[in-house]
Amino acid sequence: MSEKTRLGKIFANGVISENPTFRLVLGTCPTMAVTTSALNGIGMGAAATFVLIGSNIVVSLLRRFIPDRVRIPAFIVIICTFVTMIQLLMQAFLPSLYESLGIFIPLIVVNCIILARAEAFASKKPVLASAVDGLGMGIGFTLALTLIGIVRELLGNGSVFGVNVLGASYDPMILMILPAGGFLTFGLLLGAFNAIIKKLDRKRMKEAAE
Amino acid sequence: MNNMNILLFFVDCVICNNFIFSRFLGCCPFLGVSSKVETAVSMGIAVTFVMTIASLFTWMVNTWVLVPLNLRFMETVSFILVIAALVQFIEMFLKKSSPSLYRALGIYLPLITTNCAVLGVATLNVKNAYNLLYSVLNGCFGGIGFLLAIALMAGVRERLESSKIPESMKGFPITLVTAGLMALAFMGFKGLV
Repeated sequence: MSEKTRLGKIFANGVISENPTFRLVLGTCPTMAVTTSALNGIGMGAAATFVLIGSNIVVSLLRRFIPDRVRIPAFIVIICTFVTMIQLLMQAFLPSLYESLGIFIPLIVVNCIILARAEAFASKKPVLASAVDGLGMGIGFTLALTLIGIVRELLGNGSVFGVNVLGASYDPMILMILPAGGFLTFGLLLGAFNAIIKKLDRKRMKEAAE
Repeated sequence: MNNMNILLFFVDCVICNNFIFSRFLGCCPFLGVSSKVETAVSMGIAVTFVMTIASLFTWMVNTWVLVPLNLRFMETVSFILVIAALVQFIEMFLKKSSPSLYRALGIYLPLITTNCAVLGVATLNVKNAYNLLYSVLNGCFGGIGFLLAIALMAGVRERLESSKIPESMKGFPITLVTAGLMALAFMGFKGLV
């Protein structure tokens, strides 16, 4: 397998087959907490992607130097460094997004996806593959958050990305942008994804049998 | 009067602004460790314990180290290190002093380091500028709220085991929908305080 297709596979793995939100169900707190609008979903996803790529690269670079016994604290410090960077950058350049994401920016540190990728992937693989893995996982996370954000914003506010699409006659379901709506939307979307994947699997099995 | 305020604060933390149902903090263990009531209660107690002590220590670190030295931007790094060290100490202490408690809570303790409820409560304490008493109370009451949520959830999930659920909704999806309905019920308490 050529280098390019191998990296492509790693990327697709994060976006689709091991999508952190819909397949692995990791990092659920920000997934439901910040997705009251599509824009917040993108913002959170982008911040997490930045941290994922950065921490994956550094963990991969240091993988031969970090003693096995203290690797988890070491990973956490590396992740924390990137989180602090993105926190300060956002505070300086995107103050309104920073306000609406609130404490979930510092909480990226304890997002299980990032530590899981450092432990399961970056600590064993070379730098380029780790960076691509971080990018793939980050984009998978961003897409999932944006999708949840779009659904919730559309039903709860009648708009997408702040643009009103359902018109003034639509009576918004406020419930959807309240916490309860977060759980419901995520649960139903997850169920829908499971159903789609099952159907695809069955189709593939059938084709293989023929 | 002060006692009254504390009582109101208790109701506010446990019911009106429940960590799970209105703040979305600590969802991973809430979804992951809530399939049996017994383990869920152990997890809830362990989280309450760590949140209370972590609130105390992070308050001290913030007030006596970070603010005087003008290192506020190091908040996240220092808090997570304090929490990780604390969890390690609690684990060692329990192992020596109370093996039975250690057996009950032991496996949950390492998980708590990366529980966002713990780091979340520390960050919220700083953000809301709580004093020492209120920081510790926020940690303790927040933990009790988490315990309440996870115990209720586990109770519901034990029942779900024996009910007919569509194939694709099994596992996480139905748990999330259940949690959504529970959050809806908790919303009824919103105007209480």
